[in-house]
Amino acid sequence: MSTAVYILVMAGVTYLIRSIPFGFFRKKITSKFLRSFLYYIPYAVLSAMTIPAIFYSTGSKLTAAAGTVTALLLSFFELPLIVVALAASAAAFLTGLFL
Amino acid sequence: MMKKSDFLKGMTHGIPIGLGYLSVSFGFGITAVKAGLSVLESTLISLTNLTSAGQAAGVDVIASGGTLLEMALVQLTINIRYALMALSLSQKLDKSFTFPHRMAAAFGITDEIFGVCAAQSDPLRPSYMYGMILISMFGWVAGTFLGAFAGQLLPASVSAALGIVLYGMFLAIIVPPAKKQKSVLCVVLAAAVCSILCKYLFYQISGGFAVILCAVSASVLGALVFPREEETS
Repeated sequence: MSTAVYILVMAGVTYLIRSIPFGFFRKKITSKFLRSFLYYIPYAVLSAMTIPAIFYSTGSKLTAAAGTVTALLLSFFELPLIVVALAASAAAFLTGLFL
Repeated sequence: MMKKSDFLKGMTHGIPIGLGYLSVSFGFGITAVKAGLSVLESTLISLTNLTSAGQAAGVDVIASGGTLLEMALVQLTINIRYALMALSLSQKLDKSFTFPHRMAAAFGITDEIFGVCAAQSDPLRPSYMYGMILISMFGWVAGTFLGAFAGQLLPASVSAALGIVLYGMFLAIIVPPAKKQKSVLCVVLAAAVCSILCKYLFYQISGGFAVILCAVSASVLGALVFPREEETS
């Protein structure tokens, strides 16, 4: 299948998710279950996407583990997103030098 | 009504977002090219989607030759949070935010842009959001292009290490709330365990569907066990 078709579906779905509520909705969601579900979904998605994929992200489980531990530590101390992201990468790179 | 000062203010507030996007999308560009996409395709994805997790998962679907239905469901699950953010922002729009403006600015609702906009005390005007979206998009698209284009020129050790950038950012989003709220911690752990099971035990399930399955079941679990009271934010 052509990549362009995939991109079109990707972009279309993503835009509709943003524009339908933003353009049309004026009321608040009242269902407690739905509100809770929507609150948890981003964290669940990111967790499922990250684990275990992060360990395959650098081509070496050892450098990836070093990056993961670094990211976990720095994010535990609530450093800015970009600092955590780049430090994880730096840790993976530095560990790679010793392999 | 376009106010120049609003637009500039939006741009100023968007600079840190744009800088952050620049480095994260650099990693995305490298990942996308590694997955077999061209520089143009990678850049086009960033230009038309403006979202990190959704794009990363979308590239996986393309690389594994998934169906269009899988692509649509993956995007829906991963990006459904934007619907909630859009709902939340729609409550605090200025009168000048007419329907066409809403439909245009909706394109730029990301986690970070939502965060900054939601924190404003004044009602939001279109030009403020446009300024922020413009500079953020510039960073996101330029970073993707550079990563996709120059990623191949980087030493293998550097480009390999950059593969972890996006995941590092994801951890930085998950960990702080998981530290403070037992409910989020449980949801995050449930999703992770499910994802590990899918990867090693039920590997017939494709990556995209595994994310949907794990995220939805962990969130349903969370909503049932830890229903949330009215939000204060």
